[in-house]
Amino acid sequence: MNWLPIALLAVPLAGSAVLLAPLPVDAPARGRLLRLHGLAVSGITFLLAVVLAAGFDHADPARVQFTTDLAWIPGLDLRFHLGVDGISLPLVVLTTLLTFLCFVYLCWGRSDGPGQLLRPRPGGNRPRALVFTLLVLEVGMIGTFLALDLLLFFVFFEIVLIPMYFVIAVWGGRARRAAATKFILYTLLGSVALLVGLLLVWAQTGTLDMVALGGAQGTGMSRAVQIIAFLAIGIGLAVKTPMWPLHTWLPDAHTEAPTVGSVLLAGVLLKMGTYGFARIAIPVLPDGAAAVAPWLGALAVVGIVYGSLACLAQRDLKRMIAYSSIGHMGFVLLGFATLTPVGVNAALFGNIAHGLITGLLFFVAGAVKERYGTADMPTLGGGMLVRLPHLGSVLTFACVASLGLPGLAGFWGEMLALLGAFDPAPGLSRPLFLTFMAVGGLGTVLTAAYFLVMLSRVTHGRPTETVHAPLLAGVKAGVSPGDTAAEAVAGPGDTAAEAVTRPGEAVPESAGRVSADAVDTGTASVRTGGRAGPGGGGTGPGGGGGLRDVRAYEVAAWAPLVGLILLFGLWPKALLLITDPVVRTFVGAP
Amino acid sequence: MIALAALAVALPFLSAAVALLGSRWPGHARGGPADTAANRRAAWIAVVPTAASTALAAWLAYTHWTRFGHEGGAPFPFADASDVPSVTGTLTVVDTGSVPISLGLQLDGLSTAIAVLVTVVALAVQVYSIGYLRGDRRYPSYSAFISLFTAAMLLVVYAADLLVLYVGWEVMGLCSYLLIGHWWEDRANSRAAVKAFLVTRIGDVGFLFGVFVLGTAAGSFRIDDILAAATNISPVGATAAGTSMPVSTLTVATLLILAGVAGKSAQAPLHTWLPDAMAGPTPISALIHAATMVAAGIFVVVRLHTLFVLADLTLNVLAVLAALGMLGAALAALAQDDLKRVLAYSTISQLAYMAAALAAGSDGAAVFHLITHGAFKALLFLCAGAVIHAVGSNLMSAMGGLRRELPVTFAAMTIGFAALMGLPPTSGFFSKDEILIAVERAVSPGPLTDAAALLLYGSALATVAVTGAYATRAWLRTFFGERPAVALPEPAPGTAHVIDVHEAPATMRRPILVLAVPALLLGFAGAAGVHWGTAALSVAVALLGAGAVYAMWRSDPRSDPARMLGPFRLLCERAFYVDSAYRTLFVAPVLALAGLVVRTDDRAVDGAVRGSGRAALGLSGLMRSAQNGNLQLYLTGLLAGVLLIAVGAVVFG
Repeated sequence: MNWLPIALLAVPLAGSAVLLAPLPVDAPARGRLLRLHGLAVSGITFLLAVVLAAGFDHADPARVQFTTDLAWIPGLDLRFHLGVDGISLPLVVLTTLLTFLCFVYLCWGRSDGPGQLLRPRPGGNRPRALVFTLLVLEVGMIGTFLALDLLLFFVFFEIVLIPMYFVIAVWGGRARRAAATKFILYTLLGSVALLVGLLLVWAQTGTLDMVALGGAQGTGMSRAVQIIAFLAIGIGLAVKTPMWPLHTWLPDAHTEAPTVGSVLLAGVLLKMGTYGFARIAIPVLPDGAAAVAPWLGALAVVGIVYGSLACLAQRDLKRMIAYSSIGHMGFVLLGFATLTPVGVNAALFGNIAHGLITGLLFFVAGAVKERYGTADMPTLGGGMLVRLPHLGSVLTFACVASLGLPGLAGFWGEMLALLGAFDPAPGLSRPLFLTFMAVGGLGTVLTAAYFLVMLSRVTHGRPTETVHAPLLAGVKAGVSPGDTAAEAVAGPGDTAAEAVTRPGEAVPESAGRVSADAVDTGTASVRTGGRAGPGGGGTGPGGGGGLRDVRAYEVAAWAPLVGLILLFGLWPKALLLITDPVVRTFVGAP
Repeated sequence: MIALAALAVALPFLSAAVALLGSRWPGHARGGPADTAANRRAAWIAVVPTAASTALAAWLAYTHWTRFGHEGGAPFPFADASDVPSVTGTLTVVDTGSVPISLGLQLDGLSTAIAVLVTVVALAVQVYSIGYLRGDRRYPSYSAFISLFTAAMLLVVYAADLLVLYVGWEVMGLCSYLLIGHWWEDRANSRAAVKAFLVTRIGDVGFLFGVFVLGTAAGSFRIDDILAAATNISPVGATAAGTSMPVSTLTVATLLILAGVAGKSAQAPLHTWLPDAMAGPTPISALIHAATMVAAGIFVVVRLHTLFVLADLTLNVLAVLAALGMLGAALAALAQDDLKRVLAYSTISQLAYMAAALAAGSDGAAVFHLITHGAFKALLFLCAGAVIHAVGSNLMSAMGGLRRELPVTFAAMTIGFAALMGLPPTSGFFSKDEILIAVERAVSPGPLTDAAALLLYGSALATVAVTGAYATRAWLRTFFGERPAVALPEPAPGTAHVIDVHEAPATMRRPILVLAVPALLLGFAGAAGVHWGTAALSVAVALLGAGAVYAMWRSDPRSDPARMLGPFRLLCERAFYVDSAYRTLFVAPVLALAGLVVRTDDRAVDGAVRGSGRAALGLSGLMRSAQNGNLQLYLTGLLAGVLLIAVGAVVFG
């Protein structure tokens, strides 16, 4: 069974390599093959992960299982060392699941629904490149969670950046270039710090083996070295997590990324940072962790409150969810900062829960954006539960899960993190952490506040409220930019124009008018408007962002997430059973 | 027995899941006949499991009662929680890395009795809603949320572990949010729903922290373990054997839990959500905001009463809050024009009575009043629903003289108001008497300070008078006098004004009749312990209040008797401007802070990032000017370098 981790990496890698070969068939057949290919490769990878989970010895999750330890670069003593234990197993399964669901979302059915980027379109959508990129991304993500060698970890950690850069920069929204550049520069800068820290550990201990380092509990490194190494590694990981104030790449990247990009970014990429804390920073550098923990906790709770407050004032739905990630990852970091088994358990639980819930949220937000042509909340108006009752219901469910309702997955991570802060590890200041707990509790109220206010704005009310008379008049009369009304419509109008023009090659002006009509009279006129619009002749069935409720491919992609959120919420033991023994050995508790 | 309890919890939960997913399945058809079919199916899915749960709860209460009997001395068979033996069952223990969570249920006299109350009221409301929401397209989801609520409340009642209780506690909050916002087309309802969730959530955070304090101190979240650890009390600071808790811990824990109780049971200062919650459909007001969910807070205090009795400070705080809350809410009820808001403020006031009994140390009286209040307030709300259904308005200024058109509702509501006022022989008379006796006894030396006890007693008596006044006012204005001619809004094209005031359909009438019986008779369960002196005093005071209102009303039946409040009327109508104060003190600053954070994030935090990018570009621009391809510049640089080296070699060499 030791071949499983290698197979987990090899299948998506081979799947992406095959795409490089030329394919001498006509375009429709190629599209079908491509969809089948993406589904099959990610599906097999997911099945392998399920087999891995099934074959995992649940009686002893603290032991590293399915290990592969090969010499890689003998001169540098680099080893190709893979394996899973109770910490990495859930993340591996989550990664493969989310990737598979992304492919389901992209490939299911005829692939002509909103958000299904693989649909053919005259301007070229680069479907093959997208599948290739996503599969390479999957290799990097899985590898990060499987690697047991510090430099191998770093290599996979970096591999992820490149495909994600392209996902944002090629398939993203209007300001995608800037967002992608910011994303890659910021995270690369963090990686430099991470690399320095890892090399420092190597220089001091002479080994890169995470298992050995974790077992050594920091012996061989002086306290000062540990603190410096923890700071360097911590900054690298904190950029990825992201921790306040190193978070500003995240809202831009999320807002501009396509739906699948946002889902993987929030669902998996952020987890790589927190996984690093659980796997490297805390077990390998216990003294450093103890010294830095109060600061980590302080930044974590600042992030919780800051992220929540920022959400409260956001206008863009996707941007709001991005900021909510900062708050939620704040709880994860707070869990780590307590250095208690319960806190680290909380962090790992929160990790998985956030991956599932925010993944779902971004799926839904993407669906909203593809349908309405904008994610700007004032433009969306209200009444989504009237227009799109099922989509509105799923959005409500995801938000309720995200605000930490007990009985859904989001609760246990937050609750246990606060419990950890109530009684932090010996050596940490209890009053300080009690303050953190109180602030974190305030954060949960704010979290509920922004989600409910958003739901109230978007899903409640009457859909007719979206009529903005002066705004429409401004567009129809062709008022020049600079007029406030025209300015107000410029953003959403252009985005809508993009959605509408995709099928055909509409002139931007006319598309803007079409989108304005769409906002005006709702479902019917979106369809007719989309088809009747000059230049919109190439509109396929369902194209043009027609307001149709949740469709089959979306149900297929979302239902597993909903089920898992319920499962982990009602039966938290399913996850705690695997993580708790590992955490106890790491944190050195009995 | 535990399996039956688990089944009683699980049935409504499954019913909710099935109703949400299956009411329109297959086909997802909408409109006309499809809606009717879906509603009919949803009604069956909702009512049958609730009825089964009711039967199970009744069976559990009966077997528990026959098996263990009831301990002597308690004023009510099901009252005293701590003395009665309990049956617990644990499904599994979840290791968290710290204090473990045990998923388990617990049956004792308290939980089985409250479960009967919950299921009976829930069943009545489910049946009533079939008629009340006939033709509502969203009835399937509505009934599913009621089922989910029932499951959550039963989980709270039966829970053996404080965190399991907390799960049910919060899910109830969610159901309350979803149901208050049932008619979300109206923004005001949506806002009321958000407000209810957020205000209770503030309290819930405190509750969770209180649970942490208790759980960590006792080493377990199980209620039995915590109570056992606490009774093994030790002096301040000295923790012996690790299981006993110092008084300071208990005080902190109970005060924190009190925050959650204030939120859920709508006690001052977190009471402001309840009047707004009346935006929901009336059956919801009856179920959640009168009989069950708001009672959950009182229930938790009763559950942990052993701890509260040991923490004097908490009892005093509770006494003061109860004293202020009961009188303030009663005065506010006296000035409202909306019939449902009158009942909402009355609920706050009556819950404060229960809190008063708890502060005075009598959990038996509190549970007694909780159960009778659950019955008569649910009755009052369902009657109010029938009235509103008939009149088409919530406002009492649009009502009057309805006793002729709605005789059944009139009779039932009269019973309800009599019980609210505490007039014999209704149930409210007996339970309120128990509370007044308990409060009276608290004036003698006990855990309460003299000032708090006197305040509580004075406030309780004054509230009896005000309760008599507002109940009489509502009764007179609804059922007597003349109905004013109100200009109705222009009807929609193609329809005509139909003024047709008549009794509600049978699905609505029958639950009213069923609830009228316990509202009238339940009190005789505790009739043995009536203290006639106090009882006479309270009835006299209540009649005094009622008489004052009646005199005002007789002098001019057309105008509102609330005018007797004079200059304080507006103050009372606005409930002492608490809402405005909160808006200024909390909501506005948070929103301002949110705006500030967004600006800071853009300018300072991200500004630093963008600034570093610009700085790098600027720096490279500077460096670039040195490499502009100008050969003379390079040569000059080279020569200057050589010169410098030469000078250096001469000087330092």
